[in-house]
Amino acid sequence: MTGTFVGMPAFPTAAREALGDTQLRTNLAHATRTIRDKRAMVVAEVEDWEELRVAGAAVKEAALRDLATHLETLEESLVRAGATVHWAGDAAEACAIVASITHAHGVDEVVKVKSMATAEIGLNEALEAEGIAAWETDLAELIVQLGDDLPSHILVPAIHRNRAEIREIFLRRMGDVGRPAPADLTDEPAVLAGAAREHLREKFLRAKVAISGANFAVADTGTLVVVESEGNGRMCLTLPEVLISVVGIEKVVATWSDLDPMMRLLPRSSTGERMNPYTSTWSGVTPGDGPQEVHVVLLDNGRTRALADDVGRQALRCIRCSACLNVCPVYERVGGHAYGSVYPGPIGAILNPLLRGVSDEQSASLPYASSLCGACFEVCPVRIDIPSVLVDQRAAVVDSHRDDRVPKAEALAMRATAWAFSDSRRLAWAERASGLAGRVLTRFSRTTLPGGRAAAGRLPGPAAGWTGARDLPAPPEESFRAWWDRTDGGTKGDGS
Amino acid sequence: MRVALQVTCVNDAMFPDTGKAVVRLLRRLGVDVDFPAAQTCCGQPMVNTGYLDEAVPVVRTFVRAFEGYDAIVTPSGSCAGSARHQHSIVAERSGDPALVAAVAETAPRTFELSEFLVDVLGVTDVGAYFPHRVTYHPTCHSLRMLGVGDRPQQLLEQVRGIRLVDLPMATECCGFGGTFALKNADTSVAMGTDKARHVLDTGAEVLVAGDNSCLMHIGGMLSRQRAGVRVMHLAEILASTEDDA
Repeated sequence: MTGTFVGMPAFPTAAREALGDTQLRTNLAHATRTIRDKRAMVVAEVEDWEELRVAGAAVKEAALRDLATHLETLEESLVRAGATVHWAGDAAEACAIVASITHAHGVDEVVKVKSMATAEIGLNEALEAEGIAAWETDLAELIVQLGDDLPSHILVPAIHRNRAEIREIFLRRMGDVGRPAPADLTDEPAVLAGAAREHLREKFLRAKVAISGANFAVADTGTLVVVESEGNGRMCLTLPEVLISVVGIEKVVATWSDLDPMMRLLPRSSTGERMNPYTSTWSGVTPGDGPQEVHVVLLDNGRTRALADDVGRQALRCIRCSACLNVCPVYERVGGHAYGSVYPGPIGAILNPLLRGVSDEQSASLPYASSLCGACFEVCPVRIDIPSVLVDQRAAVVDSHRDDRVPKAEALAMRATAWAFSDSRRLAWAERASGLAGRVLTRFSRTTLPGGRAAAGRLPGPAAGWTGARDLPAPPEESFRAWWDRTDGGTKGDGS
Repeated sequence: MRVALQVTCVNDAMFPDTGKAVVRLLRRLGVDVDFPAAQTCCGQPMVNTGYLDEAVPVVRTFVRAFEGYDAIVTPSGSCAGSARHQHSIVAERSGDPALVAAVAETAPRTFELSEFLVDVLGVTDVGAYFPHRVTYHPTCHSLRMLGVGDRPQQLLEQVRGIRLVDLPMATECCGFGGTFALKNADTSVAMGTDKARHVLDTGAEVLVAGDNSCLMHIGGMLSRQRAGVRVMHLAEILASTEDDA
């Protein structure tokens, strides 16, 4: 049904492929720029935005600090309100719980509200293996599902697709799984949305079981919250008889009033709206109104692992708004697929290694998928210091190789550099050697930088990574240090 | 006030003219700047690649070299950021309380050049003359790690003869990113290509920034494209006078 991220290559390889796709780069540059500008505009309206960010971070931090207690309170409140609570340690357990509840009701299909947690655990594929069709009802998720595609953005999983591609997918695939798209379908956004509405309507009306995630889980009232734009969530949360919500344990907040800063931060950071169109909240079962059987699957799947990381635990504050993706210059150019996870972009580059560890090559490549420019930290509504966590996760990668029998070339180079940098006499010696190389380069170079300095063009070996697309200035014959020595700080001789 | 120049390893080995420009500029402003010969590097290349243990002796060398100075001036937003925000992480990792204490002394005394000029010396007109069309790229670490704000522009605006033109999408990263430029060379180049295009769009003769590492990347791309735009460090423009013209 949908593709899989399993077996994705490490980031540099996947990024190289993505960079060759000019259509993808055009789609992404346009989409991220539009949403980035919208966000900037509505954030600028809020006078106390910085205080709001601090408040949002504090709410999540407080919940994480005492996570076990809040989760127990949440469970009690949910049970009191008539919900059934399940605990899932990992993806397989969570998928098995959902499948068994669905089987118990004898149905072979479910409708789904857009949910990152269920995407993370590969629920659709697991249900398909059990003979249950899971229909995505969010427009972008529907596009991804019908296109046998992978999500490439947290908020807009089909951000890599343009209107013409979406029209083609709808025409080709809708008829296979339900009501076909009209033959005269155009690529006007309203017409495409209309076709999706018609296609989904029969699924909403037929479904007995719905599956959702939750943006927040309020411990003291046992309330789950879903924030959305299209109303498909409202349909799933109210029409079916059975509702199963898969909720990451980090979604808990202590009290109802904790929602206040979060509900102000999320829409502006996410869709660039002052307020999102639909917010659904429900606490267990309300007799005669909405689903009469409510299940909540509380999911760990690496979250307690992340929680145990002193620096990295702040990543669990994430409210999945996507602001960091939209401002990231790396994400904008390579797109989401290169990150090999449903969580792409800067947050994905820290969250995936924190949830999974860095023992595999793909996860270990993610903390390096950043120039550390810091644009992500600047926009994060819950003040996750992503650059610092990236550096800390890089250290985790390096530390995981400290006992390797054969050290990597990079490790040897870093040790050698650190050795030279630990004593200025060693550095001065290295600079004299580089000055000699500079003299040779200057003599033979056919490239001159504007301003007159000689430069190296394409070089072989390890330098090729730099000089493939960039000229490299030839090292100067005399280092600053040597100049200072020779001229006594520029006071004698050639003191210029 | 005892003022030390932390020239940075990149400037020491690759861009000595920037170091000389800082010395010339500070002397012109009446600052007797010293160059502690024991200095090497701030350690950022190791820290940002994840080699924290390897960074420990480098940070130790840094704090020893600059011990006792009232101000440590560096022509690099990135290296100043490293000293102010990362040295404490390395020191904690070392488990050596003496190093933690030493870093707590040097970190707050480390200033990027424009910070030192505007905040410590209180000058924006440094008596410079540079009759060229110039565009300024705010480097990520100076902007977002240090928060130098518009201090570099304040200084440039006072340069006689200069024609400052705005760089489109100025605050977007150029794609250098230290070892990122090698580990993810394709992405780095894709980012640099867009930055170079924005520079060309300004019609500037000179691209100026406060970090030579970023300029080496952008300048290397501009040179490969035979664009004819020269890159210069902020210190070199601020040090220029009528005598250089």
